[in-house]
Amino acid sequence: MRQAMPKQAAEERAQNFAEVALGYTLEQAIAEANRCLQCKRPLCVEGCPVHIDIPGFLKLLAEGNPIPALAKIKEQNSLPAICGRVCPQENQCEGRCVVGIKGDPIAIGNLERFVADYAREVGQEPVLTPAQSLDKKVAVIGSGPAGLAAAADLAQFGYQVTVFESLHAAGGVLRYGIPEFRLPKDIVQHEIDAISELGVEIVTNHLIGQTLTLDDLFEAGYSAIFIGTGAGLPNFLNIPGENLNGVYSANEFLTRVNLMKAYLPEYDTPIKVGQKVAVVGAGNVAMDAARTAKRLGAEEVRIVYRRSRQEMPARLEEIENAEEEGILFSLLTNPVEMIGDESNTVKVLRCQRMTLGEPDQSGRRNPVPVPNEYIDLSADTVIVAIGQGPNPVLLRGTEGLALTERGYIKVNEENLMTSIPGVFAAGDIVTGAATVIQAMGAGRKAASAIHAYLLEQEGN
Amino acid sequence: MRIVEKRILAKGICLFVIEAPLIAKKAEPGQFVIVRHKENGERIPLTIADYNRDQGTITLVCHGIGKSTQEINQLNQGDSFLDVLGPLGLAMPIEKVGKVLCVAGGLGVAPMYPITRILKAAGNHIISIIGARSQEMLIMTEEMEAVSNQIHYCTDDGSFGHHGFVTDVLSQVLQEQEIDLVVAIGPLPMMAAVAKITKEFAVPTQVSLNALMVDGTGMCGGCRVTIGEKTKFACVDGPVFDAHQVNFAELLSRQNFYRDQEQAALHQCRIGVGR
Repeated sequence: MRQAMPKQAAEERAQNFAEVALGYTLEQAIAEANRCLQCKRPLCVEGCPVHIDIPGFLKLLAEGNPIPALAKIKEQNSLPAICGRVCPQENQCEGRCVVGIKGDPIAIGNLERFVADYAREVGQEPVLTPAQSLDKKVAVIGSGPAGLAAAADLAQFGYQVTVFESLHAAGGVLRYGIPEFRLPKDIVQHEIDAISELGVEIVTNHLIGQTLTLDDLFEAGYSAIFIGTGAGLPNFLNIPGENLNGVYSANEFLTRVNLMKAYLPEYDTPIKVGQKVAVVGAGNVAMDAARTAKRLGAEEVRIVYRRSRQEMPARLEEIENAEEEGILFSLLTNPVEMIGDESNTVKVLRCQRMTLGEPDQSGRRNPVPVPNEYIDLSADTVIVAIGQGPNPVLLRGTEGLALTERGYIKVNEENLMTSIPGVFAAGDIVTGAATVIQAMGAGRKAASAIHAYLLEQEGN
Repeated sequence: MRIVEKRILAKGICLFVIEAPLIAKKAEPGQFVIVRHKENGERIPLTIADYNRDQGTITLVCHGIGKSTQEINQLNQGDSFLDVLGPLGLAMPIEKVGKVLCVAGGLGVAPMYPITRILKAAGNHIISIIGARSQEMLIMTEEMEAVSNQIHYCTDDGSFGHHGFVTDVLSQVLQEQEIDLVVAIGPLPMMAAVAKITKEFAVPTQVSLNALMVDGTGMCGGCRVTIGEKTKFACVDGPVFDAHQVNFAELLSRQNFYRDQEQAALHQCRIGVGR
């Protein structure tokens, strides 16, 4: 039997920002690791975007050695405590686990998290040292998952790495986007510190494209540049009333709470949450926003989504967590207008009923409006969580950087190099919004490509 | 980022010259920075009121209205801002157009100064109209005089210059002479009133909008403004926009959304129970 993850009780956790999942005990972790069949051709490893030696770390853990188990993970993944918490394992490693065919797959994510937490708590972390010291500088733009993963690998190859971050704290979406109750910020900081200890310099308050350009970086002696700026521009619905007061992008709402800590009384950044909150969208970000609104004291929080439950992009675990915490779901419901009161604050989210039609390009059945069927949902706060587009700042400030039709950075798929020699890009700024681990995988691939490129330059 | 000079310009309005060599190197008129003065303070956008590329300094002017801005104004020479990010936003496009009217109210004089300086340097004839509540609240008059061919002052209480609003003088000037461009920076109601008048005279008009924002890099969308029929982000698409396209009423109500919380925070810190 798969070990259940101990959690804070739903009614209790909906009142606080402490982490929901409490983590395994050592006994639970060893028992769970022992369920692994140690497959000769492990499919779980194929399912992992960064190809962690999963049977290898599970074997060490099963033998009662969590610290060496963490060292094994760290060969491939520099952010294990984070990935153990936020990776969609059900679609990756655990989704491919052979044990999962007839029963529950091994809880690989929970175990990854366990070994990282264990080592941190007992203060015995494996120390990684660069293979060699190379006399070359590489600049990494953005300190989110793609940038951090690239920086860690580049440092291990021996480069002098500087990470440039525009906000005042590093971590990107790990810092401003994912809430404390799902990913405690102390843990984020701890894993970033471990990357700094590899010799990576992290410089905050630098918006590349404005504070410095790519040309400035080359002039300052960087031999290669990695762009991992993410997809930062929030999408809106483009419906009437969207600029009323009380209407937030999920980015703004979550940034106020996570980065600026508006949920703590000693921080000065304001936030307003009404009694009735509607969150438009049904991805992980929408669930995060809804559950955050609930914790900030909203009486009624509702996910409003134009498709049905099957098509919701959020992880099942997050949908279930939200349901347990009392989040309501208005499905097949598509916002068409926001209506305000006399102070220009939203009070009604007018929606049209939808039905499911034929599958679209994504394979999901397309929502089709039901003629003349509208419902008015009361809402004094509306949070729009329908994804993001490419942030224009770096792109417009960089001559010669080729973009795709959708406005993302165009790269050579083999080596992730952009149209500018020596400039590489990966993560959401190339693919559009994806997951933390996909961005990390792409960042690592770019780091290897940069290494190969610089070796080749050396040879010439 | 260290404060190398602080001056009190008027009651509640302070000028800071800070060491920020990278920002000073890139700054252009119309751009802004975001500062944080302490770990639990807000991210506050401030327009760049001047920059000195040789000395590596930028000048910021802060009006202590909310808790964070009042605390910023307590900083002294030798103190440092915890964070300064910039330059942000797009620079105002500057060319020689002929006669330019620079209309600034209150704190708006600060961001207006570098714009006026560059407009003058580009060969324009500058007529400035500067307004404030009273004579003591008029700021940066010497600087503005140095870059204006002609200057008018207005005070609400009549303590200096014209007794009345900048818009009174604006209408008069527009009736008397051909103006090629108006730039207006100040409180929203002032910019809205300027836009209304210059539209009647069909004079192209630029305004600099101080929308609420968090990150200042396009990420939060809190600073969205309606320009024409389209939503724009003041931080990355602005902050300078065509005044005749701006929906001022919407912006004004967005501006006031947190007013009650700000007042509460201020009250708390005044009576000493704030943390």
